[in-house]
Amino acid sequence: MSGVPRFWRSIDNRYRLVGTRCKNCGEIYFPPRVVCPKCRRKGEMEEVELSGRGEIYTYSVVRVPPEGFEEKAPYVVAIVKLEEGPLVTGMIVDCDPGEIDIGTPVEAVFRRVSEDGEDGVIYYSLEFRPVRDEE
Amino acid sequence: MIPDKRVGIVGYGAYVPRYRIKVEEIASVWGEDPEAIKSSLMVEEKSVPSETEDSATIAVEAARNALSRAGIDPSDIGAVFVGSESPPYAVKPTATIVAAAIGATPDLTAADYEFACKAGTTAIQTCAGLVVAGMIDYGLAIGADTAQGAPGDPLEYTAAAGGAAFVIGRDNLVAELEGTYSYTTDTPDFWRREGQPYPRHGGRFTGAPAYFKHIINAARGLMEELELSPEDFDYAVFHQPNGKFPRRVGRKLGFEPEQIEPSIVVDKIGNTYSGSSLLGLVKVLDQAEPGDRILLVSYGSGAGSDAFSFVVTDRIEEVREEAPLLEEYIEDRVYVTYGEYAKMRRKLKF
Amino acid sequence: MKRDVAIVGVGMTKFGELWDKSFDDLFVEAGLEALEDAGMSGDEIEAMFVGNMSAGRFIDQEHVASLIADRSGMNPIPCTRVEAACASGGLAVRQAIMAVASGMYDVVLAGGVEKMTDVTTEEATATLATAADQEWEAFHGVTFPALYAMIARRHMHEYGTTREHLALPPVKNHRNATKNPKAQFQFEITVEQVIESPLVADPLRLLDCSPVSDGAAAVIVCPLEMAKEFTDTPIVVRATAQASDSLALHDREDITTLRATVEAARSAYKQAGIEPEDVDVAEVHDCFSIAELIAVEDLGFVEKGEAGEAYYEGMFEIDSDYVAVNPSGGLKAKGHPVGASGVAQVVEIVEQLRGEAGKRQVDGAEIGLTHNVGGSGGTVVVHIFERGD
Repeated sequence: MSGVPRFWRSIDNRYRLVGTRCKNCGEIYFPPRVVCPKCRRKGEMEEVELSGRGEIYTYSVVRVPPEGFEEKAPYVVAIVKLEEGPLVTGMIVDCDPGEIDIGTPVEAVFRRVSEDGEDGVIYYSLEFRPVRDEE
Repeated sequence: MIPDKRVGIVGYGAYVPRYRIKVEEIASVWGEDPEAIKSSLMVEEKSVPSETEDSATIAVEAARNALSRAGIDPSDIGAVFVGSESPPYAVKPTATIVAAAIGATPDLTAADYEFACKAGTTAIQTCAGLVVAGMIDYGLAIGADTAQGAPGDPLEYTAAAGGAAFVIGRDNLVAELEGTYSYTTDTPDFWRREGQPYPRHGGRFTGAPAYFKHIINAARGLMEELELSPEDFDYAVFHQPNGKFPRRVGRKLGFEPEQIEPSIVVDKIGNTYSGSSLLGLVKVLDQAEPGDRILLVSYGSGAGSDAFSFVVTDRIEEVREEAPLLEEYIEDRVYVTYGEYAKMRRKLKF
Repeated sequence: MKRDVAIVGVGMTKFGELWDKSFDDLFVEAGLEALEDAGMSGDEIEAMFVGNMSAGRFIDQEHVASLIADRSGMNPIPCTRVEAACASGGLAVRQAIMAVASGMYDVVLAGGVEKMTDVTTEEATATLATAADQEWEAFHGVTFPALYAMIARRHMHEYGTTREHLALPPVKNHRNATKNPKAQFQFEITVEQVIESPLVADPLRLLDCSPVSDGAAAVIVCPLEMAKEFTDTPIVVRATAQASDSLALHDREDITTLRATVEAARSAYKQAGIEPEDVDVAEVHDCFSIAELIAVEDLGFVEKGEAGEAYYEGMFEIDSDYVAVNPSGGLKAKGHPVGASGVAQVVEIVEQLRGEAGKRQVDGAEIGLTHNVGGSGGTVVVHIFERGD
């Protein structure tokens, strides 16, 4: 992704999983939405910080990486169902591809996702990792 | 430096990446004798950060753990200082990334510290000063690093990744700060020039005139000011560049092995640089009992040592379980090969 | 529609890695072939709509509508560039149909062109990924194949679709392509070869994925009442439909269904007054193997979840009694020059309905359907055609 201001505007959303909730219908959206698709003009959005807990809804292992992700390949990407309801896309870090499956519980962790070249801005975001059993 | 008001640690947290590389694995690449290295360094393996980790991400996770134990609203934090010698940017602070990630922005002051491995402890001193002065309610001090050792250099066996964070305040303490004392000189024992990927060090010069001189003087200076002796402490925590130095300096100062051993983590995770002595402190806080007195002495090349005396309170038992213990991070590990290590540590150019 | 519309001329270049042909060469070749097919000189064309996904990134050129009109020698007629990622071509055809149906114009050319091999494969892949949600999907390292791979994984989880099932559409399409001289690939593949090809994004492998290609296609549209001036075999547009869905996969109600396909197809069947079973031949959007499986489900050819088994039974082969799917070889084997694919689908259906499809002719084909998808389903365009006589 290019453009520093574009990334900067979404820092709260990316660093703390701040989404939006429609005061009218109660639906929670992450990524955040300006307009509630259900209520449109009748809706009003407020910010809500999500817990980061969820489970894997579907996943894949990227073996042919795009630019900027070469050193991370192969890596797991997934759509995670957050406990508050929304589906969100992210990486699953700190795991072997064989260790996870649909339904694996995950939690959000703050990670370095990519950078705009060697001398450019570094993109951080909450991604996900499998919840390890407590001892 | 004795505070004239109550101040101390309100919450503490640590983070160590889960990947490890064994001494044997590195030694096999360079044709060296792993047993000789293990016994001379008293280190078995070290932590390796994954491709999605750096000092900022480590600092954030440690901070989140510290906040869980502190039980405070992050917006009440008035200062964030992050000490590291491997910050993600040469210019642009890590502290603001951490502050944004924990929800402490915008009402706060922040900066990054560099003083080799003691940058995190210096951050604690600054936070304590601001709290005692009544200028802030809570400060967050962090030491975190993803240290690099040049391929084939002895430092490659120990340069590791990890960090610890401390919420400093005046109420609800888990450990009260009795006093701190710093011994600082200009001693070039270990350095890295701008733009260079790996540090240079003075070999044996990093011992007596550097590590030992500063730690010993800082510890003695603190104990003199507080009118304490080694027997008054339950734990003595020192900077851990390898397994030998902290044990030797502790003995020289008059401490017994039972006081020193509980804080040793370098054998399993390596030298986490700005996180090193702080992770030793975390290891102790994870097991200390109310009333225990802890000596912490860091060492930063360049050179200086910060010494602290903490007394543990009752509250520690209430909040200890609110975040993972350091032992859990140490135990949760996956071994990598040298090739994987080189890829993860970006020693390969893309 | 205010008046019935027909296709009276079609043309397309070969699809493939066409090093010797530039963006301009491709479009002009396809356009000239369509004009020749319609017996037109070019003076008859009153407007053009061109589908192109990303000339801006592939050849550093925007404003391609102007470039195309210029290089085609078509100035000063209006030319409009249409973009909906991989549905750009189908959308251009729809614009042309609407322009003629509305009475605004009489003869309109709809084309599609993409020149993808002037950049490296990595750059091409990155450009294709701009069809996904940049901020919330691509940001996390999700590639286009990874999106469809996640759909596949979920489809396998919900319906028991297997890795072998996924291999069947590419195998069929390669076989079909050997009968299509314009197809990029002219060799058959086996299920084993698909399953053993290198992994791209689990579970999708190299042979599950359509290739990077260059190519162009063009069709000429006019009112049905005028069609006989240009051809003995006008192909009537019985329906033109389009629907939108969320840009990102994670915003869908059900990621194994392309709701935009369901909606567009429903509207198209209603316009044409037919049921899915009435379709004889269909060109569907098989950017990946899984895409074809869910396409035949979402278009109503089979029940949700039953596509895999239907392929085993040969339900979609050229000689099937049901509906022949992708007789041209589909995107997988014919090639997928993004902006051109949707138009090329129409070219194939027109030739099928005219009885001019040679070795890949579907016997007695009277009703044909095209299905063109943008991105992971954010835009879908469906057309239904019928023989005019």
